[in-house]
Amino acid sequence: MRKIRVLCCIVIITVCTFAYSLSLAGSPPAVGGTLPDIKLSMPKEIGDKNYLGLGIFGFGTFTIPEIKANVVIIEIFSMYCPYCQREAPNVNQLYEKIEQNAALKGKIKIIGIGVGNTSYEVGTFKKKYNVPFPLFADADYVIHKMVGEVRTPYFIGVKLNPDGSHQVIYSKLGEMEGVDQFLATMMRLSGL
Amino acid sequence: MKKYAVHALMVLLMGVLLLAIPFAPTAYSLSDAYKGNIYNPGILKPTDSVLKVKVGKPAPDFTLKSVSGDAVSLKQYRSKKNVVISFVPAAWTPVCSDQWPGYNIIKDMFDQYDAVLLGITVDNIPTLFSWTNQMGTLWFPVLSDFWPHGGVAKKYGVLRSDGTSERAIFIVDKKGIIRYIDVHDINKRPQLEDLIKELEKLK
Repeated sequence: MRKIRVLCCIVIITVCTFAYSLSLAGSPPAVGGTLPDIKLSMPKEIGDKNYLGLGIFGFGTFTIPEIKANVVIIEIFSMYCPYCQREAPNVNQLYEKIEQNAALKGKIKIIGIGVGNTSYEVGTFKKKYNVPFPLFADADYVIHKMVGEVRTPYFIGVKLNPDGSHQVIYSKLGEMEGVDQFLATMMRLSGL
Repeated sequence: MKKYAVHALMVLLMGVLLLAIPFAPTAYSLSDAYKGNIYNPGILKPTDSVLKVKVGKPAPDFTLKSVSGDAVSLKQYRSKKNVVISFVPAAWTPVCSDQWPGYNIIKDMFDQYDAVLLGITVDNIPTLFSWTNQMGTLWFPVLSDFWPHGGVAKKYGVLRSDGTSERAIFIVDKKGIIRYIDVHDINKRPQLEDLIKELEKLK
């Protein structure tokens, strides 16, 4: 009888542990929903801080809705992912198109999150492809778990509202369907 | 009756554990380049072999056929280049598929340290051909240590008991001396900065 009780306890503990681990792992951000509580380290580069509108004296961590923009495009990538490498020049082109358009500059911002990449590895990717927008490291896959362990590259579009709220307007696996088309989609979905 | 209850509980426990396996984190091999083609062996014993070589000692020579058809020998780099040998366990498995594509974008860093990279697995050439094609065009030779199976891995002491190799990095200097060995936890990708730090020491 005692043996049964011990076994019962083991089963209950296992089930609870399993349920807890599942609760930590999120699902990919759904369109219409909100982002999980992703905390990013404040960039060291003043240029990156300025771009994101975080104030040059900011330190510690920040959340994506704190970025000064109407729309934030998040690319989940990895330095080790061949498709992300292939897509890098296109994302740079997207950035240039936004920055060169007076109606969009300052309103749409791009960030990249390197999942499973150390700061050094993210820096290597940034240098290799001359990535002009801020990239963040997620070495321990903490953010990756929050966004449902998506494959890479994965693009998320988020609309930031003046009242401080936000909505996910785009959430898709794979490369962009073309820079112009992707930008048009972002403008249409955000109402810019 | 009591015995049946114990058995029933054990079956239930096993069931719960089996259920949990597909949900185990598969944080590697994330690239959409491989889509559903990566076989996930689950979490493996971190290392499963005994090294037969030492830092400071000469690296055993080998000649292996590369995917491009040429035979590559370690000794051909003697007095010319430092050599980074990267053993990865097997084609079409999670971490391995996410290791060499990273090295593929940093040829300039290898050049900076006058180093070449040799990628080795115990797979045969056709498998390596299909697998590495998913990575784009690789600048470094990919060598097949298929037959005699894992012969080079065995010589270095990185052949695991299941016939795959360890995830191991060896740095061999221009004199043919082993300068660095990292037999890594097979489940994890070595961090790039650790490799670069060791290459810096060769200067």
